[in-house]
Amino acid sequence: MFASENREFFIDPGRCIGCQACVHACSECDTHRGHSMIHLEYIDRELTPQTVPVVCMHCDSPTCAEVCPADAIKRTADGVVQTARKPRCIACNNCVLACPFGVPKMKTEFELMMKCDMCYDRTSAGKKPMCATVCPSGALYFGTHEEVESLRKTATPVNQFHFGRQVINTKVHMMAPKARTPAYIDVAAALEEHPTGQDMFLNILTDF
Amino acid sequence: MERTRAVLWGVAVTSALALLIVVGSRNLAHFDAALVGYTFATLFAAFGIAYRYAVWLQRPPTWRYWVRGWQLFLQPRHLGLNLLQLARRVGVMFALNAFIWRRGKLRGAAHWLLMWGCVIAAAITFPLVFGWVHFETVPGDLQSYRAYVFGFPTLAFPIHSWIGFIVFHGLVWASFLVIAGVMLAMKRRMTDHGAAALQQFGEDYLPLIALFAISVTGLMLTASYTWMRGYGYDFIAILHAITVILTLLWLPFGKFFHIFQRPAQLGVSFYKEIGARSEQAACRRCGEEFASRMHVEDLIEVEEQLGYRYELANEGVEHYQWICPRCRRALLAIAQANLWTGVRGGEQLQHEMAIVGSWQNHTLSE
Repeated sequence: MFASENREFFIDPGRCIGCQACVHACSECDTHRGHSMIHLEYIDRELTPQTVPVVCMHCDSPTCAEVCPADAIKRTADGVVQTARKPRCIACNNCVLACPFGVPKMKTEFELMMKCDMCYDRTSAGKKPMCATVCPSGALYFGTHEEVESLRKTATPVNQFHFGRQVINTKVHMMAPKARTPAYIDVAAALEEHPTGQDMFLNILTDF
Repeated sequence: MERTRAVLWGVAVTSALALLIVVGSRNLAHFDAALVGYTFATLFAAFGIAYRYAVWLQRPPTWRYWVRGWQLFLQPRHLGLNLLQLARRVGVMFALNAFIWRRGKLRGAAHWLLMWGCVIAAAITFPLVFGWVHFETVPGDLQSYRAYVFGFPTLAFPIHSWIGFIVFHGLVWASFLVIAGVMLAMKRRMTDHGAAALQQFGEDYLPLIALFAISVTGLMLTASYTWMRGYGYDFIAILHAITVILTLLWLPFGKFFHIFQRPAQLGVSFYKEIGARSEQAACRRCGEEFASRMHVEDLIEVEEQLGYRYELANEGVEHYQWICPRCRRALLAIAQANLWTGVRGGEQLQHEMAIVGSWQNHTLSE
């Protein structure tokens, strides 16, 4: 069982319209039926309508798995970081707090961490993950590198993220502008940055 | 070093068990030589389990939780409450499997039956194999048996009574529970699409097959001597011994190891409970409390031991561990969006909200 060869996951939060289709579709996935694992986050509701869908980035060296005291998180040969193994997970919350992308969810009532497993029941059978299947704006895209590059002429996929001195390489890609072709995305640097958008409503309040 | 320590633990535990077998069976006086194969398989399993447990315990996160769990549990001011909670949790989590039933009725029923079948079978088999329990006829009353535990006399009961029937068929009742549990677990594994995607033969089917084989061959023994005048008894006895011994030898390696790992859940429950009552860590971006300060500081230490470098130069933040999961998700989008300014249009909204420390205080009126 391997996730579809050559097909990868590409995320472009800039295309997200916050429709929640992915949130609902996610809970249809058989490996966590009834529980939505995707996060749809508002960046800053007072300032911008921007939303971001966050799925597991499937790190090459997953912090969640390394900090797990019960050895409950495993990475498959094809690079998918699985949800916690049910007999092992002791619900300690280490993974939830340690994941640099803020992905795992703690299900206290089940004494179990659950997270996005890239719809392993589907991707291991050659299908797209549920969220990528329903996303109407292409914020979540599952396909080959050639396909995404022909569809997104101005974008290039990046799968390296920096958090201070920590470098994390992931199986999932994020779309960056081709004009700048960054080698990585410095996530922690955003601590000093502001949400992006058109500064309109402040003008409305002040310019009259 | 890690392995040497684990080997030493393995040797210590195996030796302690061997010593207990000798002492408990009164210098092997009550030891049943026919069961010697089971004994050696159990000693091997004890070594393997202690070895693996010791290796597991030496992983930085496991060790941190182990030490902290005991520290918090044994704190004199919490000890009374902790002991009460322990008794409650052993009952709710382990005896009732409440959290597994909540994951699914079929899963809960399967696990509960399997667990209790195995617990009852282990409670009967191991003491008998080790010679810790044996039965003798009561002098002057050939119709009664007396049970001896560690060589000390305990209850006597008539052989042909309902107590005798229940006691002597204890393994039969256990096998009924196990077989029912195996059937339910197999049904789930064969029909649930989610399980089908993730399960592996060695990890998920083999334990069920092993438990089924033990139960069925055990029942065949009972059937042989009860209704078939011992037909094929020797062969079935060997077959049963093979299934049990192979399972015992495999105990430290496969899925059954969770039996020994799982009690860590109790330690974690005290860690979380006491953490919730103590000082909280506030996110250094949004200011919201998101975990106990102890947990965040422990994780920072564990991550350093594991070689992670999430330290930050940002003033007032110091480490990415001080940022709450929600803000981490938002930061991912902000970082990506800022790469696109100048390409897709848009600009950084000049607003102090995203600035460290002041983010949570902003309102529209400012």
